[in-house]
Amino acid sequence: MNNIFVYIETENGKVADVSLELLTKGRELANTLGCKLEAIVIGHNLKGLEKELALYGADTVWVADDKELAPYRTMPHCAIVCGVFEQEKPQIALFGASSLGRDLGPRVSSALHSGLTADCTSLVVGDHEDTKGNKYKNLLYQIRPAFGGNIIATIINPDCRPQMATVREGVMKKEHASKPGTGEVKVIDHKKYLKDTDLAVKIVSRQIEERKLNIKGAQVIVSGGYGVGSKDNFKLLYELAEVLGGEVGASRAAVDAGFAEHARQVGQTGVTVRPKLYIACGISGQIQHTAGMDQSAMIISINTDPEAPVSKLADYVITGDLNEVIPKMIKYYRQNSK
Amino acid sequence: MGKALKIVVLAKQVPDTRNVGKDAMKADGTVNRAALPAIFNPEDLNALEQALVIKDTLPGSTVHILTMGPPRAADIIRDAMFRGADGGILLTDRKFAGADTLATSYALSRALLKIKPDIIVAGRQAIDGDTAQVGPQVAEKLGWPQVTYAECIETIDEKQIVIKRRLEHGIESVSCPLPMLFTVNSSAPECRMANAKRVMKYKYAKTPGELQELQSDYISDLCAGRSYLCIEEWGVSDIECREEELGLQGSPTKVKKIENVVLQAKESKRLTGADADIDSLMAELIASHTLG
Repeated sequence: MNNIFVYIETENGKVADVSLELLTKGRELANTLGCKLEAIVIGHNLKGLEKELALYGADTVWVADDKELAPYRTMPHCAIVCGVFEQEKPQIALFGASSLGRDLGPRVSSALHSGLTADCTSLVVGDHEDTKGNKYKNLLYQIRPAFGGNIIATIINPDCRPQMATVREGVMKKEHASKPGTGEVKVIDHKKYLKDTDLAVKIVSRQIEERKLNIKGAQVIVSGGYGVGSKDNFKLLYELAEVLGGEVGASRAAVDAGFAEHARQVGQTGVTVRPKLYIACGISGQIQHTAGMDQSAMIISINTDPEAPVSKLADYVITGDLNEVIPKMIKYYRQNSK
Repeated sequence: MGKALKIVVLAKQVPDTRNVGKDAMKADGTVNRAALPAIFNPEDLNALEQALVIKDTLPGSTVHILTMGPPRAADIIRDAMFRGADGGILLTDRKFAGADTLATSYALSRALLKIKPDIIVAGRQAIDGDTAQVGPQVAEKLGWPQVTYAECIETIDEKQIVIKRRLEHGIESVSCPLPMLFTVNSSAPECRMANAKRVMKYKYAKTPGELQELQSDYISDLCAGRSYLCIEEWGVSDIECREEELGLQGSPTKVKKIENVVLQAKESKRLTGADADIDSLMAELIASHTLG
C-alpha cells in the first residue's frame, strides 16, 4: 500500500525506454520515501518481462496478460489500472508522456479524481505548508515549464492520491538499480474490472513504423530555430551535421513554421538530448527548448543577437550570420579533420 | 445518407505563447499577458474543421462551440460562426476561475450533459498549458469512449465513426460507437477560412453580457428578433453541478511555486564570425575530441 507505481508500455514484447527511465526515477523516489516500487504491465505475451523490470528496481510487477489487451486500447487499460490503484492505493503513479501515456493518464486521473501533471521535467520529494497552516510531509513536487516555456511551475497534489505525473522519453536517465528489485509477479484478475462496453472501440488497422530518426542517440546535434529563416536555409544545417557526423535538431518555433519535421524537435514538447556537442543556430533559447538540451556537454550558439537568452547556456557564443559562419565551419573541418 | 448529428466543439481562447517577443516579458521578468494577443487555440481550429466535415457529410447536422473563459472568449465563438459553426455557448462565472484540467473537465461535462450532443470534438491540447488532458477527462466524466490524436475521419454514420489516429511511431485506424469524443492533432487539415456572407450575417452575434456592455438599442433590437445572433452564456446556476468541484477548490493540483525563467549564466567565450575566430574554435573542438 502507498507505494510508487509505474505504468509499463510495451510494443512487440519490448519494454519502452520511457518506462525504464521512469522506473529508474521511481526507484530513487521510493528510496527517499522508504516505500516499494511497483510496475504495472498490461498487454499480451508478457512472460519474463519482470526480470528486466526488476533490474531497474521494480519490487513488484503487476501483470494483466490477455490477447484482448494488446495492442493498447484506452478503456480496458484504464479500467484495469483504476481497479489495481483503487485496491493498492499508490501514493505516486508515473506514466510516460507518450501518445499512449497522454491518452491513458488523464482518463485514469479523472476516474480516480486525482491530480495529473503533464510533461514534468523534474520530480522531487518535498514538504508543503498551505495558506491555512496545514502541513504536508513528503509530497511529490512536479516541476514543468508552463505558459509556452516562459515560466517554471512547481505543482503539488496535497490531498488527492495517487499523485500522478507524465514524463517524456529521454528526460530522466535510464540506469540499472544499484540493488535490483525482487520483481515479484502479481497476476491481475483483470476480467473482474472489464465491462463489455470497455471493448467497444476496435482497432481496424495499425501501421507502426520502426523509428527511423533518432536524434537522441547523436553525439553532435546541429539545431535550428526560427531565426534560420526558412526551410531552404536549413539545408546548410544538414550539410554541417553530415560533415560532423551528427543529426539536425530544431526548436518548436522552427517546427511550427514548417522548417523541420516534428521528429527533430528538441525541448519540452519534443525530445531531450544530451550530445557531446550542441550547435544552436538562430535559436533564442526559450526554456521550452533549453529544457531539452541544457545537459549537452558543450553548447555553441550562432546568433545575430548577442543577447539571446541561449547565450547564457552556451560555452561559445558566435555573434554572426549563420549563413556565413556555418560554411566556414564546414570548410575548416573538411580541411583539417582526418 | 445518414441521420443528422449534434456536434459540439470544445474550444479555448489562449494567449499566443508561440510568438513571445521582447515586449512580452516585463522588466521584472514576469509574463506581460496584455502584450500577448488572445487567439483561437490552434488545434481547436483543426477540431472545428473536422466537425464541419461531419456537418458536410451528414446534412442537417449542427456544430456548436462550447468554451469556458472570461467574457471576451465570446470572440472565438463568433470566429467559429464566421467559419461555419451554427452557434455557441460561453461558460463564464467567477466560480470557474482557477480550475486545473480536472475541474475544467468537470464543468464542461456538466454543461455537455445539458446540451446532449452525439459527438464531441476537441483540439488535442491548448498552447498555454500543453497538457492534452481535458479531452480524455471530459470523455471519462461522461463515461464515453475517446479517440485521441485524430488526423481524419474515414467513415461516419449515426452509429459509428472510423478515425485515423497519428501516433508517435505510426498510424492506427479505430472504429468507435457513438456517442463519443475525439481530439484532433495539428497534423489534421487546417480550418476553412471565414466566409464573407457568414461574417455579414453573424458579426452582431453577441452574448447577453456583451449586449449589456454595449448599451446599443440598435444592436439589442437586431438580436432580439434573430435567435441565430444569440450566443448563449451560462454560469454556475445554469448547469447542474457540485460547486465544490469547480474552480480552484475543485482542483486536486495546486501551484506551489512559479519561477520566472532565468537561465543560469555560465562563462561563455564570445566570438565573431571572422575566419580567425571560427578556425580557432574548430581547431579546439578537434583537439579536444569533441569532434571526430
